[in-house]
Amino acid sequence: MSKQFVSINGLCARIDDGEAHKEILRGVDLEIPAGEVHAIMGPNGSGKSTLSYVLAGREDYEVTGGTATFKGQDLLALEPEERAALGLFLAFQTPVELPGVNNANFLRTAVNAVRRARGMDELDAVAFLKAVRKETKHLSMSDEMLKRNVNVGFSGGEKKRNEVLQMRMLQPSFAILDETDSGLDIDALRIVAEGVNSLRSPDFSALVITHHQRLLDYIVPDRIHVMAKGRIIHSGGPELARQLEAQGYAQFLSEAA
Amino acid sequence: MNAIAPVGISPSAFLDRGDVKGNAARLRAADYLRTVGLPRAGVEAWKYTSLRALADVPFAAARRDVDAGAVDTLLAEVETISGLGAGASRAVFVNGRFDAGRSRLPQGVRVAAFDPAAEMRDGIDPAGDVTTALNTVLADDGLALVVPAGVDAGCLLLVSIGLAGEDAPVSFHPQHRIVVEEGGRLAVLDAAVGRGYYLHNPLYDITVQEGGYLSHARIQAEGKKALHLAVSHARVASRGVYDSFTLTLGASLSRHEVHAGLNAAGASVHVNGAQLLAGHQHGDLTSVITHGAPDCISRQTVKNVLADHARGVFQGKIHVERIAQKTDGYQMNQALLLSDTAEIDAKPELEIYADDVKCSHGATVGALDDDQLFYLRSRGIPGEAARSILIRAFLHDVVDQIDDARLKDSLNLAVEAWWKREVA
Repeated sequence: MSKQFVSINGLCARIDDGEAHKEILRGVDLEIPAGEVHAIMGPNGSGKSTLSYVLAGREDYEVTGGTATFKGQDLLALEPEERAALGLFLAFQTPVELPGVNNANFLRTAVNAVRRARGMDELDAVAFLKAVRKETKHLSMSDEMLKRNVNVGFSGGEKKRNEVLQMRMLQPSFAILDETDSGLDIDALRIVAEGVNSLRSPDFSALVITHHQRLLDYIVPDRIHVMAKGRIIHSGGPELARQLEAQGYAQFLSEAA
Repeated sequence: MNAIAPVGISPSAFLDRGDVKGNAARLRAADYLRTVGLPRAGVEAWKYTSLRALADVPFAAARRDVDAGAVDTLLAEVETISGLGAGASRAVFVNGRFDAGRSRLPQGVRVAAFDPAAEMRDGIDPAGDVTTALNTVLADDGLALVVPAGVDAGCLLLVSIGLAGEDAPVSFHPQHRIVVEEGGRLAVLDAAVGRGYYLHNPLYDITVQEGGYLSHARIQAEGKKALHLAVSHARVASRGVYDSFTLTLGASLSRHEVHAGLNAAGASVHVNGAQLLAGHQHGDLTSVITHGAPDCISRQTVKNVLADHARGVFQGKIHVERIAQKTDGYQMNQALLLSDTAEIDAKPELEIYADDVKCSHGATVGALDDDQLFYLRSRGIPGEAARSILIRAFLHDVVDQIDDARLKDSLNLAVEAWWKREVA
């Protein structure tokens, strides 16, 4: 058996909802080998976003059971910034606005923090600018967006492109895209998908969370998993997307019940 | 004087010093202090700040013979935090006394020697508030500067250096008068630093005449044990602008009170500031902006970053007289609390007697945003650095309000230096 790149076993997590605990992940099992792109689809409230937050290290969630390893390391024991340095990247469903924080400065700080942690030399201002200009051109982003505050006043599409720009600059080996397609028109969708596809290599894996089959026309996954009620209830090949689009989740939900 | 005991704390340490002399204003100020005393918290104008720390402290007149080496060290510190090096024009005060040898006044201005007998201009009541009264009674030096009509006098660094022993408290009370005549311009970067146990009680008597422009940025970076009680009285004429900013970093207890009067149509005043406090520091920014003529503009943004047990106070009054139609007033006070034990007290007061005005105000209090912190950390930026980025972002738009680019750069440097020293 080959050593798994991303390995999630029986992962359970809950959120403190005032007095009560709300169980959201109820034993997620998921293996993503190096070089593969997997997709998770599922109805609203099935725990897809929670899974991405828990893997990225958000503190609002309490992990109550199970394990998650990445490149053989216990992901759950690491701080969010350590997970980023290890190569994990989460593209947010709703990218956060940072008023007063210049986008270029933010990006350079992040890139250099990650490079430092990975034992690489920091990029000076000139080298950074050169690298970032190359990426913005690929993503059809104006230089103006680098001068603005992070995500402030960005349209939905601009925010998503900014996420992909960060992903490209941080060179992750495992990217989670949490509904990156929501709110994108077809051109933006194509650009975002290219941003992901261009990273595909034997050392790069991705987990694409989406509601729609449309994104999976552009980022063709190796495997598709159906998530419901906090668990993966069905897995299949890329053809599963069309089946779900045509028939919905009902058959799998009844099977799992 | 009658025998009624003052309501507040006895001001005898100051009034019995024997150096109260002079004119009617001084006598009136001394009478006022004897009657009301130094306020404890609870008096409306001093609702959240008490001068208890001054009770029974035998503040003596500050020494004139100070360690020249220490003065030069502190002056170098000012040059570092302000970024305004030896080439800049500067007026240096040591323990409240003008230091001619270390000063270089700008070209084209008129400077007069301080005249203790001179009356303050109309509109300043020597017995109107405690800070003004205390200064009036004891002032014995100060900058008296006039920017003549039409002259751009550039940028002046106004330095106050306080030097005292740790257990021999002294006080000094400089009185600065700045007049910008019609169409004149001046930018003042005002920096206060020091060491030891002292009270610095400066008064700024500021007049901006028609079409004049004065940018006045203060960096209060007094020593840790120092007390700082400042008061500015600004009067702005038609089309004149007084752009003021107070950055409070130092002193154990500080208050800056600004009284700004917009007395002719089309005058503008900005009374902005930021307080960055830690430990057990207490900082108070209090202002009274009076719209006394139509078509005037006032702008006020004050931000507080409070760590540990620090306490910040903001009291902002905007008074719009009946004649002051078409007033455009804006006030915003925001606080970022970095610990559960930090405290902000905010008291906005709008008193409006005109019926066609635009006056808005707001206040926010909060901690660092968890979503923003997580976003930064998920990009590989460590927790401490992420917090630092968000705090500086919070401060960014207030420092950005300063019009003068030189002063803005200096303030940003000072914030950066504070950050490195206190937090990083």
